[in-house]
Amino acid sequence: MILTEDQRLLQDTVRPFMAEEGAIKKQLRHWRDTGCTDGYGTELWKQFAELGLTGILIPESQGGAGLGAVEAELVLEEVGRNLTPSPFLTTAVVAVRALEGSAQADRWFPGILAGETVAALAVDEGKHHDPRQVSLEAKRQGNGFLLNGAKQFVVHGNSADLILVAARTAGSPGETDGLTLFAVGKGAAGLGVDTATLADSSKAARLSFNDVAVDADAVVGEVDGGWGLLSRALNAGRAGAAAELVGVAAGASEMTFEYLKQRKQFGRLIGEFQALQHRAAHLYGEIEIARAAALKAAQLLDAGDEKAELFVSVAKAKAGRVAALAVQEGVQMHGGIGMTDEHDIGLYMKREAVLGELFGSPRFHANRVAELSGY
Amino acid sequence: MADLEAFRAETRAWLEANCPPEMRQPMKGEKDLCWGGRHFEFQSPAQKQWLDVMASRGWTVPDWPEEYGGGGLSPAEAKVLKEEMAALGCRPALTSFGISMLGPALLKYGNEAQKKRFLTEIARGETRWCQGYSEPGAGSDLAGLQTKAEDKGDHYLVNGQKVWTSYADQADWIFCLVRTSSESKHGGISFLLFDMESPGVSTKPILLISGSSPFCETFFDDVKVPKDQLVHEENKGWDVAKYLLGHEREMISGMGLGSGIGTGASGVTLGPVTKPEDPLLRAEIAAFDVDALAFAAMSERFIDQLKAGEAHPALPSMMKYAGTELNKRRNELVMAAGGSDALEWDSERSRGGKPARDWLRSKGNSIEGGTSEIQLGIVAKHILRLPGA
Repeated sequence: MILTEDQRLLQDTVRPFMAEEGAIKKQLRHWRDTGCTDGYGTELWKQFAELGLTGILIPESQGGAGLGAVEAELVLEEVGRNLTPSPFLTTAVVAVRALEGSAQADRWFPGILAGETVAALAVDEGKHHDPRQVSLEAKRQGNGFLLNGAKQFVVHGNSADLILVAARTAGSPGETDGLTLFAVGKGAAGLGVDTATLADSSKAARLSFNDVAVDADAVVGEVDGGWGLLSRALNAGRAGAAAELVGVAAGASEMTFEYLKQRKQFGRLIGEFQALQHRAAHLYGEIEIARAAALKAAQLLDAGDEKAELFVSVAKAKAGRVAALAVQEGVQMHGGIGMTDEHDIGLYMKREAVLGELFGSPRFHANRVAELSGY
Repeated sequence: MADLEAFRAETRAWLEANCPPEMRQPMKGEKDLCWGGRHFEFQSPAQKQWLDVMASRGWTVPDWPEEYGGGGLSPAEAKVLKEEMAALGCRPALTSFGISMLGPALLKYGNEAQKKRFLTEIARGETRWCQGYSEPGAGSDLAGLQTKAEDKGDHYLVNGQKVWTSYADQADWIFCLVRTSSESKHGGISFLLFDMESPGVSTKPILLISGSSPFCETFFDDVKVPKDQLVHEENKGWDVAKYLLGHEREMISGMGLGSGIGTGASGVTLGPVTKPEDPLLRAEIAAFDVDALAFAAMSERFIDQLKAGEAHPALPSMMKYAGTELNKRRNELVMAAGGSDALEWDSERSRGGKPARDWLRSKGNSIEGGTSEIQLGIVAKHILRLPGA
C-alpha cells in the first residue's frame, strides 16, 4: 500500500496547487464573505480542468486521464486539507462513475472535461441518507417519464447543469429493485429549487419535482435496474468523502499541533503538558489509520474486489469519526480563539459536519458493516 | 512481476507438497505454537517435520540472508510466501523471540561471528531466547536499570535481577541489558547474550490474574559472561535496546489484528458472535469492527512502509498503542457478548475459562513492551515534536 511514482507525482502537483489556489482565504472565506450564490469559484473549477483533474476518472478514450479511486482520493485529501470549495466530488467522481459506459456519457463528459459542467446527485429524501428508501416517482408517459416527489441535501443542486435523480419506477420504498437513475438538465419545467446554505457555507438544494417531464433517453442505464449504477456512484462518492474527511482531519490537526508549540500559559508552551501531548499523539494515530482505511477502500474499488463494498463503509465511518475527533480537539486545544470566526479552526469543524453526513453518517456505515458481515 | 508470479506458483506447489496436513489445521491455542529450543516438546511428529523442512529451506526466517540460515527472499517474495501460507492455512513453522526481536537487532549490531552462530541457531529453532529488560525498579523508566556487569578482564561478572522475563523458565539463552557504567544513565548500558544454564542464573515464575505464568523473575548471582558475548560496543547497548524495542512493538501491534468480532472467525471463543440480539451490543460490535478493519488496513500499509523504508522510526509505537488498545476492547466485547457463560473459570463448556483468562491476560498488552502512555509520549516527541516531550 505504497503510492506509485505516478501517484506521488500527482500528489506533488496537487498539494501546492490546492495550498495556493485553493487556500481558505482565497476561496472559502472569499466566496462566503462576498455572498457567492454557487458557494465556490467557477474560475477555480476551470483551473481544475486545466490540470486534468475534472477528467481524472473519465476513460482516456473519452478524453480523460483514465485514473482511479486512489488518484481521486489524493486530490480530495488536499481539497479537505484546504477546505477548498469545488464541485469536484459530485461532478468528477460521483457523476462520472454514474454516467460512465452509458449513452449519457458522450453528452456530459466534454463539459466536465472543460470545467464548464457541474453535476449533482439527488438521492436523499429525508434528513438521513438511506438510498433504499427512495420514493420519488417516475411514471411512464408517452415516450418518456413524469417525475414527482422531492429530494434534499442535493449538494451543488442549485448551480448544477446536470442533476442525477434516483427515482422509483417500480416496487416500494425499502426495495433495491425498481430504481432508475435519470439525468435531468438544469431549469427543467416543474423543477423547484430551494437553495439552502449549510453550516460550512456550501450550498445544497431541496428539489421539488412537479410533473417534470423527461424523455426516455434521460434514463441512465436500465429502467428498474438503477441500483447497481447508484451504488457504484455512491461508493465512489463515499470513498472520496472519506479521503476528503482525512484531509479535513489532517488540516485541523496540523494547525492544532502547531498551536501547541506556540501558545504559552503558566510560563510554558501548552504543548509541554502531558495531558495535551497524549491526546495529540492519539489523534495522530487515528488519522493515519483513517488514511489507510480510505486508501484500502480505493484500491479495492479500483481492483473491482468484492470486499470494496465493506471497506468503503469502514473508510467512511472511520474517517467520519476521526475527523470529528480532530475538529473537536482542534477547537478545544485552541481555547477561546478557536471559538472565533476570525480563526480558521472552526471552519474545519463546520466542514466536517457536512462531509460526515454526506452519503451516509458514521452510524449509517457502521450499520452497513454489520449488515455486510451478517449480523 | 512475471518472476513474482512464477515464484508464487513454485511456492504454492512446494508448500502443498511439504506442509503436513496436520499443520494446516487452525491452531487451537498458544500451545500449538512451535517455539523450538533445547527443551521444546513437539506436539506431534508433523510439527517437527514441518519445522525441519521449513528450516532447511531457510523459510523460518524468509527474509534473512542465506548465510545466516535465512531464505534470502526479497520483501516482495517474503510477502508472497506469507500470502501463500495463509491461503493454504499453514501454521507458522517456528515462533520465537529470536526471530521477532533478537534477530533483527543482531543483523544490525552483531559482529560476523555472532551473526553466524546465533542467527543460524535461531533460524533452525535450536535456541530459545528470552528478553532481560525490565527490573523491579526499572519499568517504564527502563534506562534506570541497575543489574550490574563488572569488567573482569576476559569476562563480565553479572549481578542483579530482572522481572517480566517472558518464558525465562523455558528459555536457553537471554539477551540482557546490564549497567557497565554509572556515569551516564543511557550511556552506561550494555547489551549482553548469555546461556541461561550459566551458574548463578535462576528463575521464578509469576502467577498472573489470568491464572497463567508466562513471565518470570530472573536472578543473576555472580554470572560469568565471556566478553565476546557483548553485542555492539560497551556502554552503547541502549541503541541496540531501542532498535529491538521497535521490532517488539511491531510484533505486539499484530494483536490488533485478530480481525473483527462480528466479521466472523478468530478471537471469539464462545462461538462466533452472530446476530447479537441486544441492539446496543450490536452497535458496539459494529463500531469495534469499523475500527478493527481500519486497523487491519493500517497494518498492511505499515508493513509495506517498513519494507519500503518509508516508515517513521517511531511508527511502531503508534501501532503498538493502537493494536493493544484494540485487543483489550475486543476482549471486553467478547466478555459482554458472553454474559455469565464467559465468567466460568475452568469448566469444559468455557474451554477452561478461555474467554475470561484471555480477557484478563489482554490487560497486560498495553503495559508490556512499553505502556500505552510511554508509546504516546514517544509519538508526541519524535513524530509530533512537541516541546519538552
